[in-house]
Amino acid sequence: MSILIIAEHDNQALKPCNWHTLTAAQQLTGDIDILVIGYQCEAVITSAQKLKKIRQVFVADAKAYEHQLPENTAQLIADLAKNYQYVLMAATTFGKNILPRTAALLESAIVTDITKIISTDTFLRPIYAGNAFATVQNKESIQFLTIRSTAFKAETASSTSLAPIKIIDTIILNILSKFINQILTISTRPELTNARIVISGGRGLKNAENFKIIEELADLLGGAVGASRAAVDAGFAPNDYQVGQTGKVVAPDLYIAIGISGAIQHLAGMKDSKIIVAINNDPDAPIFEIADYGLVEDLFTATSELLAELKK
Amino acid sequence: MKVLVATKRVIDYTVRIRVKSDETGVETSNIKMSMNPFDEIAVEEAVKLKEQGKVTEIVAISIGDKTCQETLRVALAMGADRAILIETTENIQPLAAAKILQNLVKRETPQLVLLGKQAIDSDHNQTGQMLAGLLNWAQGTFVSKIELKDTIVDVTREIDGGLQMLSLQLPAVITTDLRLNQPRYLSLPNIMQAKRKPIEIIPLDTLLLDTTSRLHILKITPPEKRHTGIKVANVKELIDKLKKEAQVIT
Ligand SMILES: Cc1cc2nc3c(=O)[nH]c(=O)nc-3n(C[C@H](O)[C@H](O)[C@H](O)COP(=O)(O)OP(=O)(O)OC[C@H]3O[C@@H](n4cnc5c(N)ncnc54)[C@H](O)[C@@H]3O)c2cc1C
Repeated sequence: MSILIIAEHDNQALKPCNWHTLTAAQQLTGDIDILVIGYQCEAVITSAQKLKKIRQVFVADAKAYEHQLPENTAQLIADLAKNYQYVLMAATTFGKNILPRTAALLESAIVTDITKIISTDTFLRPIYAGNAFATVQNKESIQFLTIRSTAFKAETASSTSLAPIKIIDTIILNILSKFINQILTISTRPELTNARIVISGGRGLKNAENFKIIEELADLLGGAVGASRAAVDAGFAPNDYQVGQTGKVVAPDLYIAIGISGAIQHLAGMKDSKIIVAINNDPDAPIFEIADYGLVEDLFTATSELLAELKK
Repeated sequence: MKVLVATKRVIDYTVRIRVKSDETGVETSNIKMSMNPFDEIAVEEAVKLKEQGKVTEIVAISIGDKTCQETLRVALAMGADRAILIETTENIQPLAAAKILQNLVKRETPQLVLLGKQAIDSDHNQTGQMLAGLLNWAQGTFVSKIELKDTIVDVTREIDGGLQMLSLQLPAVITTDLRLNQPRYLSLPNIMQAKRKPIEIIPLDTLLLDTTSRLHILKITPPEKRHTGIKVANVKELIDKLKKEAQVIT
């Protein structure tokens, strides 16, 4: 029995989500291999070799894999997947893009967004924006799985010895799609899905200028910034700040929701946070139903006081 | 250029979901059903492309029981030209849905298939990617901008770190994200007109596909309840609680 993890990286560094996927893999039985697909990604390969309990690192390093687009990488993964019982990726936009396509190439089902491994073939996953959970048994001979990072601890320990490398030299070209450009949000703050503290703002902030209050609070507390869909749609914050059913899922130690009503689609992305604080001037806002500490107050008054207190 | 749009009938996004006490599913009787919001965005985009003169025909598709005709009528009222219902009472999982759509693609030969990025009931986020794989077509997932040209389509994708721009060779599969557009409201004349547009009904078994469920749903359970919190009187009390009780800030 063996397990293959597809590494998520940007050719420079492994993304933290891999550590959570590794924890999930360790809960299954079998030797764990990892596949690094990319271009000139030496540092990524070395980090992959140092991951705990990795048997082997497969490397497909070629110009054709630079942007890791699904049209050729899914085929590459499918070719290797045939030797495995489990193929895992993180349930990020990267994993969600590639692994269902890979599974289909092998005429196999896939279980996405797993929050718990119940047995070798049975998993728990949220449905209806987390308002219900399905216990799913997958009878396929290769289990394709994507793992929700917030539901599994990070395995950050490194191994004392380096796992051996095996080079895959087949190059599959991508003639179907072409990378043009990407615009990444550059931030000095902790990554949203990994931050210990998240401060999120909603429509209640009223404009992009006011949204800076959220950023200032986050910086004071060393946290990341999140947003509701309404705040993103209105242009207060970039799209990758969106927390929710169709945005990012976070589970920090502290989540502070400011001017957010608490629609089920938003709650889906943050209700597993350890401590939830809500600041809203509407005492009936649904966000208070799940908040550990609720403050019914005008958010502008509350945040300026909060900033002043925290600066003391 | 012909476009196929896949639409799923789901419990309306405003409904509070209740899990059945026997753990076999969620309550669906007397509950408002609607088109999956992401699919609505897909239909809207197809109609916009037609209004721009880039698309000549829009075929809306749904898979499910008779009631899905209502969903297709909505797509027709929004501006789809005709509709196809693949009729079945079986639970259709993403791989099966992708195979059915692949079959229809062979029959209809569209240049573009538009689908929502996920259905808000099962939240799988798989069907579009699977369809693209089965067809060996280019795929653009979680798309917030589409620019359709003669032989290619440029898309902007919402990814974890920001935005990614790709150029896809046609034919292609595109799955829609929330910010692609704002679906239009249905006008009464359009609703009336949609009643005269054709819906072709094809029984699933006549397609002779293996659509059996590969995933067995053993049970559906409610989420764990969070303990109820408290209201604090002011910012000072809040900070005090966060420091001393919850110990999440110092
Ligand atoms: C298919 C689908 C997917 C979706 N996915 C997501 C998702 O992933 N994430 C997400 O967040 N949403 C999502 N939504 C949208 C969701 O349904 C809500 O519309 C959205 O979360 C609302 O954002 P909000 O709370 O910022 O705005 P609102 O609901 O408008 O709430 C604003 C809040 O601010 C408060 N407020 C206003 N002024 C003040 C003030 N001066 N002081 C204090 N409080 C104030 C108000 O009382 C109100 O409660 C989705 C919707 C659909 C249909």
